[in-house]
Amino acid sequence: MLKQTEGSHAVAEAVALCRPEVICAYPISPQTHIVEGLGEMVKAGEVENCEFINVESEFAAMSVAIGSSATGARTYTATASQGLLFMVEAVFNASGLGLPIVMTVANRAIGAPINIWNDHSDSLSQRDCGWIQLFAETNQEALDLHIQAFKLAEEVSLPVMVCMDGFILTHAYERVDVPTQEQVDAFLPPYEPRQALDPREPVSIGAMVGPEAFAEVRYLAHAKQMQALGLIPKMAEQFRTAFGRESGGLTRSYLTEDAETIVVAMGSVLGTIKDTVDEMRAAGEKIGVLGITSYRPFPIDSVRAALQNAQRVVVLEKSLAVGIGGILSTDVRMAMSGLQLHGHTVVAGLGGRAITRKSLRALFAKAARGELEHLTFLDLDWNVVNKQLERERTTRRSGPAAESMLRDVGVIAARIG
Amino acid sequence: MSFQPLHFYQTGTFTIGNRLLGEEDRTVQSDIRRTNSLNSGHRACQGCGEALGARFAIDAAMNAARGRLIAANATGCLEVFSTPYPETSWQIPWIHSLFGNTAAVATGIAAAIKVKRQKGEMADVRVVAQGGDGGTTDIGFGCLSGMFERNDDVLYICYDNGGYMNTGVQRSSATPPAARTATTMPVGPEPGNVFGQGKFVPAIAMAHEIPYVATATVAGLHDLEYKVTKAMGMRGARYIHILVPCPLGWGAASQDTIKLARLAKETGIFPVFEAEHGEVTGVLKIRRQQPVEEYLRLQKRYAHLFGKAPAVATIARLQAAADKNIRKYGLLDQEAN
Repeated sequence: MLKQTEGSHAVAEAVALCRPEVICAYPISPQTHIVEGLGEMVKAGEVENCEFINVESEFAAMSVAIGSSATGARTYTATASQGLLFMVEAVFNASGLGLPIVMTVANRAIGAPINIWNDHSDSLSQRDCGWIQLFAETNQEALDLHIQAFKLAEEVSLPVMVCMDGFILTHAYERVDVPTQEQVDAFLPPYEPRQALDPREPVSIGAMVGPEAFAEVRYLAHAKQMQALGLIPKMAEQFRTAFGRESGGLTRSYLTEDAETIVVAMGSVLGTIKDTVDEMRAAGEKIGVLGITSYRPFPIDSVRAALQNAQRVVVLEKSLAVGIGGILSTDVRMAMSGLQLHGHTVVAGLGGRAITRKSLRALFAKAARGELEHLTFLDLDWNVVNKQLERERTTRRSGPAAESMLRDVGVIAARIG
Repeated sequence: MSFQPLHFYQTGTFTIGNRLLGEEDRTVQSDIRRTNSLNSGHRACQGCGEALGARFAIDAAMNAARGRLIAANATGCLEVFSTPYPETSWQIPWIHSLFGNTAAVATGIAAAIKVKRQKGEMADVRVVAQGGDGGTTDIGFGCLSGMFERNDDVLYICYDNGGYMNTGVQRSSATPPAARTATTMPVGPEPGNVFGQGKFVPAIAMAHEIPYVATATVAGLHDLEYKVTKAMGMRGARYIHILVPCPLGWGAASQDTIKLARLAKETGIFPVFEAEHGEVTGVLKIRRQQPVEEYLRLQKRYAHLFGKAPAVATIARLQAAADKNIRKYGLLDQEAN
C-alpha cells in the first residue's frame, strides 16, 4: 500500500510486519520515532505476541536482546551514535554468540563534541564487531531492508544492523510502499533457532573457550559472513520477485560501465551524487557511481568488478578515521589491490554538514582534472581551523577547542548547507 | 585438660542433611531426586562457598519450578569454574553473556518465555540470574536496578564473597572494611579496605519495593532453600543475596567455609532477613552471639588486625558495625540470650 509517511514510521511498520516477539529500546535521537511507533503498536495490540520493554540503557537493550534471542524469540532493537557505543560490549557478544538480532542504527555522529546530526561514524566504528551491516539509500529501501534483515540474520545466525541516515531518512516524509502481512509472511518464515535455552533440551551457551578452539570459533564467524556475501544478492532477487522492486543486494552501480571517474558512497547521499552525475554526464563527463549497500560483509569482488575499468575512484564517506583519513576508503582500496587506479578519499557531511550538488560538482570536476588530493575534507572552513591552530601555537591555555571554534564561527546552527 | 564443648543440633538450620526429619521437612539437598543443577566435576577451589551456594539455590529453584528453569550467569568464578567446555557442570539451560548485563539478559529470557507461553510454544518456564558481588553490586548494578524497577519476572541471586576473587582478590563495593585485598593492602595509616565505603545491595533492592528481597548464608541450608522456594512462588523481580565465604580470598581454611558463614550471621556482621515490597518481614535470629573477633581471627585478610599490637580500635569499629546490624534488624532474641 502506498503511503506518505515518515522514514521512522515506515521502518516501525516494516518491523511490525516481521512479527517480532521481543522489542527493547532506550531512546536516543534520531532513533526515537522508530521505537515510539513500535511501542504504540505493541501497546495497542496491533502486534500480536510481542513484548515491548523500555530499558534503562543501550547496554541493557542489547543485553535484553541477547537473552530473548537466545531463548528463541525474534528480537529487535534500535539505536544510534553514543547509544551504539554504550552497548558495544554486548554488540560483540551478540554476534559472538550467533544471535540473529536485527537492529536499526539511525546513523549519527559521535562526540565529543556532542552532535545529534547524521554521519556514519557510529556504525562504521563497529565495522569489526561481527554484525552484518546494510546501508539504506532511501526510506523505501530502509523499510525493505528490515524485512530482508530478519530473513538473512536467521538464515546465517548472525545479527544484522540496518543503517539509515539519521534525520535525512528517519525524519523525512516520503512515499513508501508498505507490503501486506501476507506478502511478508510468505517471504519471512517463522524463526527456527539453531540454539535455544529450553528446559526440554538443556544446553550451555557462552562457555569459556581457550586457545584450543578460539580461532576456529572466530573463523566460523568470518565464514558465516562469507555465506552472507552469497546470500545477500539471492535475497535481494527473492525480494524483487516477491515485492516487485529492487532493494538491498551488495552494491548498486549507476552509469559505471564507461566511467573514467567512479564515486563510491553509502546511504542517502547517493541520491545527491547521482543527481550531480546526471548533470555532469549531460556535460559530457564520463562519471558514474557505485553505491555500497552491504558494508559488512564487504563485497570486495563486486566492488573490484565495478571499478576495474575506471581511471580514478573517489570514495566519499561520512566518516573519519582520525590519523589516516577514511574508513570506507580503506576497504575500497583493498578491493582495488593490483588495479592501476587513482584513489581519493573525501570526508564529507560530518555531523550533519549538508553535502550539496554545487560542492560535489566542483569536487568531481577537480578529480576528473587529476587535481584532487588523496584526502580531502569537503567544504572545510580553513579560516576557523587555522585560527584555532594559531591560538594553540601562541597560547598555552588556549581553552576548550570546540567552544573557541564555535565562537569564531559566531553563529548558531547556521551552516546546515 | 582443655576440652571443647560439643553441641548437636538435629533439626533447624544448623544441620545439612536433616535425614532425621520427616520427609516433608527435609531439604532439597537431602533428597536423592535433587537435580544437581551444578554437577560435580567443576573446578572450584576446595571449600568454595559460591559453588555450594549455587548448588543449594539452583537445586531449590529447580525443585520449585518443577525442572523448568533457565539460568543466566554473570562472568566470574562461578561461570569460569563451571564451564571450561566441553566440561560444563550445568544440567539446566544456562547462558553466560557478559560481566555486567546478567539481570538484563534474564529480562530478555523472561520476555521471550512470556511470548512463547502466549503462543503455546513453551510451558511455564522460570528464569534465575546469578552473579558474584562484583557482577551484581558494581558492574552489573545498572542492569540490576533496571530489572528491579520494571519488576521483571526474574529471581536474581547474588553470591557475595566480598571481592573480585576470579581476577585475583581485588576490592569490590561489597568488600568489608579493614579487609585486605590486592587493591586494599594492609599498609599505610589505614590498613586494608577503608571504613565508610561500600554498599549493602539488599537494602537498595528493598528501596525498589520489589516483591521479595532476602539474605542468606551457606551455613543455613533450610533457611536458604526456604527463601529460594518462597521467591520462586512469587512473580516479578526478586533478589536473594547469599553470603558465600571464599577460602582463597579470605585466607581461610577450606573446611571453615560453613563455620565462617555461620559466624558472619552469629556475630551480626551479616544480617539474615527477608523483606516483601520494601518491608522487613522476618529475620533469622542470632542463636549464640559471638564477638566479631571470633569471625575475624579465622581469616588472613584480617591478619593485620592481630599482630604484635592488635588493632583494638579497628576491631571495635567492626564490632560496632555488627552491633548496629543487630539493632537495626532486631537480630537478637532477648529471651533466648
